[in-house]
Amino acid sequence: MSVPSVFPQLEQLLPRISKPIQYVGGELGAVVKDWDSATVRWALMYPDAYEVGLPNQGVQILYEVLNELPDVLAERTYAVWPDLERLMREHGVPQFTVDAHRPVGAFDLLGVSFATELGYTNLLTALDLAGIPLEARDRTTDHPVVVAGGHAAFNPEPIADFVDAAVLGDGEEAVLEITGIVRAWKAEGSPGGRDELLLRLARTESVYVPRFYDVDYLPDGRIQRVVPNRADVPFRVHKRTTMNLDEWPYPKRPLVPLAETVHERYAVEIFRGCTRGCRFCQAGMITRPVRERSITTVGQMVKEGLEFSGFSEVGLLSLSSADHSEIGDICSGLADQYQGTNVSLSLPSTRVDAFNITLAQELSRNGRRTGLTFAPEGGSERIRKVINKMVSEEDLIRTVVTAYSNGWRQVKLYFMCGLPTETDEDVLQIARLAHEVIRAGRAATGSKDIRCTVSIGGFVPKPHTPFQWASMCSPEVIDDRLRKLKAEINSDRSLGRAIGFRYHDGEPSLIEGLLSRGDRRVGAVIRRVWEEGGRFDGWSEHFSYQRWVDAAAAVLPGFGVDLDWYTTRERDETEVLPWDHLDSGLDKDWLWQDWQDSLSEYEQDDCRWTPCFDCGVCPAMDTEIQIGPTGRKLLPLTPVTSAR
Amino acid sequence: MQRIRIRYAKRGPLRFTSHRDFARAFERAVRRAGVPIAFSQGFTPHPKISYASAAPTGVASEAEYLEIGLQATADPVAVRASLDAALSPGLDVVEAVEARPGTSLADRIDASAWRIELPGVKPDTLGQAVAAFTAAGEVLVERLTKQGRRTFDTRGAVAAISVISESAAPSEVTGIPCAILDLVVRQVTPSVRPDDVLAGLRVVADLEPPVPPRATRLAQGTLTAQGAIVDPLEADRDETPIGER
Ligand code: B12
Ligand code: SF4
Repeated sequence: MSVPSVFPQLEQLLPRISKPIQYVGGELGAVVKDWDSATVRWALMYPDAYEVGLPNQGVQILYEVLNELPDVLAERTYAVWPDLERLMREHGVPQFTVDAHRPVGAFDLLGVSFATELGYTNLLTALDLAGIPLEARDRTTDHPVVVAGGHAAFNPEPIADFVDAAVLGDGEEAVLEITGIVRAWKAEGSPGGRDELLLRLARTESVYVPRFYDVDYLPDGRIQRVVPNRADVPFRVHKRTTMNLDEWPYPKRPLVPLAETVHERYAVEIFRGCTRGCRFCQAGMITRPVRERSITTVGQMVKEGLEFSGFSEVGLLSLSSADHSEIGDICSGLADQYQGTNVSLSLPSTRVDAFNITLAQELSRNGRRTGLTFAPEGGSERIRKVINKMVSEEDLIRTVVTAYSNGWRQVKLYFMCGLPTETDEDVLQIARLAHEVIRAGRAATGSKDIRCTVSIGGFVPKPHTPFQWASMCSPEVIDDRLRKLKAEINSDRSLGRAIGFRYHDGEPSLIEGLLSRGDRRVGAVIRRVWEEGGRFDGWSEHFSYQRWVDAAAAVLPGFGVDLDWYTTRERDETEVLPWDHLDSGLDKDWLWQDWQDSLSEYEQDDCRWTPCFDCGVCPAMDTEIQIGPTGRKLLPLTPVTSAR
Repeated sequence: MQRIRIRYAKRGPLRFTSHRDFARAFERAVRRAGVPIAFSQGFTPHPKISYASAAPTGVASEAEYLEIGLQATADPVAVRASLDAALSPGLDVVEAVEARPGTSLADRIDASAWRIELPGVKPDTLGQAVAAFTAAGEVLVERLTKQGRRTFDTRGAVAAISVISESAAPSEVTGIPCAILDLVVRQVTPSVRPDDVLAGLRVVADLEPPVPPRATRLAQGTLTAQGAIVDPLEADRDETPIGER
């Protein structure tokens, strides 16, 4: 039975909304397949606006991996803005994919990529517009199986009622395995209905099906235990790790949007994982161990990706790109190859050392100079020990001054506010650092024409990190510290004028905190916020703190807990955390020890260069560190067509 | 420097491509196709691409024009084919010709022909609105422009306006009657676009299409005294093969 496109109905609405191009598809790299010849059909969603969702690496990779299978069809869908949502409701147009404009409700699977918890309300909008019951238990075999993935899926408990399943970790092999299970189940005539299918998924031990687990609570509101409610599902569900990234060189055919998006570049992940061990960083903790892509694969991907897309910018991405064992050769090799063309290369630079500047210089040989960003994260030496960001003040100043001396006029510095054990004094140190940076920069360059921007984010404790037990600062404390910091920066008029100050207020962070470490009871808050109109919570112009506070106040007391209980409350060692049954490989005892080390300001080395410190991941997941050097070089083999 | 003039079309769903979106896509297509584009001098060199006035977002077009400057001579036929292949279907490169030296594309464009389909509107009703519009000396409408709200006349710029079809034709989409309007509009400032003329019809005759009308630019060029539009690439076409001039 073929599924008609909803485009004719949608087309009538497009002239009446802003930026209609984001809904029409037609991107280079997009794939439209015949519906009837596919046996397994995936709709993949990034639950935010197209301009943010389209460049998302995870979705692009899975889209391509799935569409390479001849009998599988994968299409994409994104959150629609409220102007279109209103018209779709008015005219009965369902949530659609942008590739062939098919109704999302007609697919076998809806895979949703949660890079951030702030996409949860957008999930509900999409389900509702698709005609899929919001609560998983109300769905039938006629509805897609809703699968969550991405980093936020490491604690899917707040959305446990709304998703059928969640996958922890890398998705390349997981989506293939899920596809195989769905294919076989359909071929057998869908025996046992939805329940049987979910059971088969759960038995893989790497697909979490929340409905097969019961959560019991203690009288004081804490979790007593989380146990399977049937005999044949595993006690713990394990994350997936894609090894040998050279065998997974995706995206090969990157999506090239017509609409304007946050980034227009060919992005290649040069490695996955990070073992620097910053204690606040969930991405670093849950993606271990480090797995590098080799210099030759990176070179090949860049060459083919640029030829395919016509992009003029390449991003060499990872959690800490300067740490690749052959980053120097990669940068100079690519700079050689693209010398004289108008291809620009960039590296998200966050490591605070002179090496980073050498790399940035290599990359800017081609003319265009991208900004330099450093992330000391903490203002005082003390707090940097707490978070395990091993940067001394001298290093930082020396590095930034080197940047100024090498011609950079503007440098960005990232910090966090609200870190565990933080005092006003720690935050005020940021002002001192920034002053020192400008003073030293002026002295070194003899010029007043240098600037730095101080950018501050609110700290949000995340599951599977040593800070998962920490209490959050209240928004009042954060806002007060930021006010004091701003005054301190401007206390010296001359220096203050050269310093830009960007920050987020504490309120959105508190809500992110609720969602990050929430349990199943938080689902009722999400639902209520959504019913009250909550959408696009990652966007300050749409986010309403009051709406979340009101919903929490209406729902949570019924469970004997409240917003503070989830956010500003510190947990103790014995508390059962909502995600304890979800295995990221990290040993809970090791995490606790690292949390204690943090409180005593004791630092932890990186296992890439020092012996294994037994975080637990490699033995638990049967993985290993995969790094070079390979000793190979990128040769300027074929002169790239000179386009200048 | 060789200059090549190009006619391209914006069709179907991709008519929702804005001019900025198209410009980015075209620059990528130039790179993918390996067209030896010339660059401007200066600190941030830009590829030499210049556009004739672009159709508004959401309006389809069979006749958009641009001109590119090349650093090495290329065959316009091959350039057309490779650029067309490098752009998404729906953004179609229809023709490419070498520009005659010393001439300017902009000088050859002073009017556009548009066709507007109005599903759900009876041709009679449209006919009456058009008659009222034609009879008026001036039809003022309001639009938000870059300079803020502006009121301007739409009647003066309209060189020809007529209802061309009674047949319930192309809106296979909605399956309802569809009136079709043919328009020739002179290029003026502020520009008068199809939706401005529709706004004018609303002003003079309360014409309220039940679903959004669908406009297509059919041609651009010089308006002759007889009311025809001269193809702006006409004067560049040459029987002499490239290189033998
Ligand atoms: C590292 C990082 C960066 C790095 C590198 C990015 C990269 N590697 O792609 C840098 C510094 C360059 C960066 C830049 C930006 N980032 Co960033 N980034 C991240 C971070 C921490 C991890 C992303 C990552 O590693 N991706 C690698 C890919 C391959 O992994 P993945 O997407 O997780 O997908 C894999 C698995 O998770 C799984 N999977 C994913 N989805 C699904 C679904 C299913 C069903 C299954 C089974 C599996 C599955 O399979 C995939 C393949 O293995 C995320 C936060 C997060 N927790 O995800 C933010 C994040 C994605 N970035 C964000 C933003 C805003 C940006 C910038 C726009 C910032 C800016 N203003 O410039 C830019 C734009 C980046 C771009 N689009 O090109 C936001 C997006 C916000 C939003 N509204 O969605 C995030 C969520 C951070 C945040 N909380 O604000 N970023
Ligand atoms: S188990 Fe050892 S080697 Fe593996 S990531 Fe953890 S600390 Fe590093």
